Amino acid sequence: MELLSFGDTGWGDELFFATLMTIAVSIGAMAIGFLFALIFTPLKLSKNKTLNVIGNCYTTIIRGVPELLVIYLLFFGGTGAAMYVASIFGYDGYIEINAFITGALAIGIISGAYSTEVFRGAILSIDKGQFEASKVLGLKKNIQFYKVILPQMLRLSIPNLSNVWQITLKDTSLISVTGLVEIMRQSYIAAGSTRDPLFFYSVAAVLYLILTFLSMKIINKLEVRYNKGF
Amino acid sequence: MISIFPSLLNGAVITLKLLASSMFFGLLIGLLFSILRINKNPIINKFAYGYSYFFRGTPLLVQLYLIYYGLANIEFLRNSFLWVIIREPYWCAIIAFSLNTGAYTSEILRSAFQTIKEGYIEAAQSLGVTKKITFYKIQIPIAIKQSLPAYGNEIILMLKGTSLASVITIMDLMGEARKVNVLTFKPFEAFITAGIIYLFLTFIIHNIVKYLEKKYGFQT
Repeated sequence: MELLSFGDTGWGDELFFATLMTIAVSIGAMAIGFLFALIFTPLKLSKNKTLNVIGNCYTTIIRGVPELLVIYLLFFGGTGAAMYVASIFGYDGYIEINAFITGALAIGIISGAYSTEVFRGAILSIDKGQFEASKVLGLKKNIQFYKVILPQMLRLSIPNLSNVWQITLKDTSLISVTGLVEIMRQSYIAAGSTRDPLFFYSVAAVLYLILTFLSMKIINKLEVRYNKGF
Repeated sequence: MISIFPSLLNGAVITLKLLASSMFFGLLIGLLFSILRINKNPIINKFAYGYSYFFRGTPLLVQLYLIYYGLANIEFLRNSFLWVIIREPYWCAIIAFSLNTGAYTSEILRSAFQTIKEGYIEAAQSLGVTKKITFYKIQIPIAIKQSLPAYGNEIILMLKGTSLASVITIMDLMGEARKVNVLTFKPFEAFITAGIIYLFLTFIIHNIVKYLEKKYGFQT
């Protein structure tokens, strides 16, 4: 227990901040994922063949390659690409992209692919009558979407989004390989300097379990709230 | 790009070996725990639930580190015959992956067991078939057939999961790609080629499962 005390001697405060970092990266990644999903869901549902192929490529490729690969590609490739762009503008120094941003972006791209599938499924399962009725009422196209389809889509996708959230939360552990100090990285450092890996990785496991448990509780509350009328 | 291909293919073979062995052990573990999950004894039931909750609630990387770095910390294990196994990163990876996929498989099979129509079991009972034979000859085959689509997804998730083996020094496809990246400083070539191989493997697994579903698929 001494190892977990707060202050200079223990790892308690470090692990606490690392947990906050994990939560921050997960929320950031989830938000970026939503942005990607909002772009690619319409593409996947569109009747235009080319747009359709683009949407399908995104979800198939991202869901078909390991998460680690996406992270490495962005982490190693991103630096190179940024330096190349900078060299065009005459800057030849070394550029290091912030690990938080690369991490959140990489996990966001992955979580976006899963969210896209969830949103697509939700839209397809909305009753056709809803689309027709809103059309008959003479609502404009964008109002149809924002006031009729979107609220229902969100309600229907909450259970599956909770799965996506869990996957995203667990995927953030992979960012530790790029050096961002979240739970996994902090336990790695602590395990290295105290030579007690068993203890610190168990603590990491417990921290992740607490996070998944709490988020399940919150999501269940949301689900009940949004299903009130049904 | 062509010059890095052979080493990546060597890595792919290791990836497939890891995948095959962990799927095999994982299926056995999953079957065992799904049977424990539908057991009516609350203690056995809770134990199986706890197992699947732990392995599904924590990242695979934590489990891998716990087994690879953590187990070596226990004096008792280091002196026992098990040390031969847990000092090898390859076996540690297989243990971690098997336990992880076992947890997911147990959930897949449990839901399959629970959705078997009562009528089948009643029919068997009325024909005078014993409980044991009903279980082996009716419940297990139906459960396996019903869970094929979900299990196919699990295989693909595990294929992606095996890439984590590269962080504990195993030269699988991902490990080889990392090596190429370090040696040549060409991240795009290394990782995109590896990505294409992973996609190809996913595609093959997907189609095999689809074929099996068509052949043995079960309409209820």
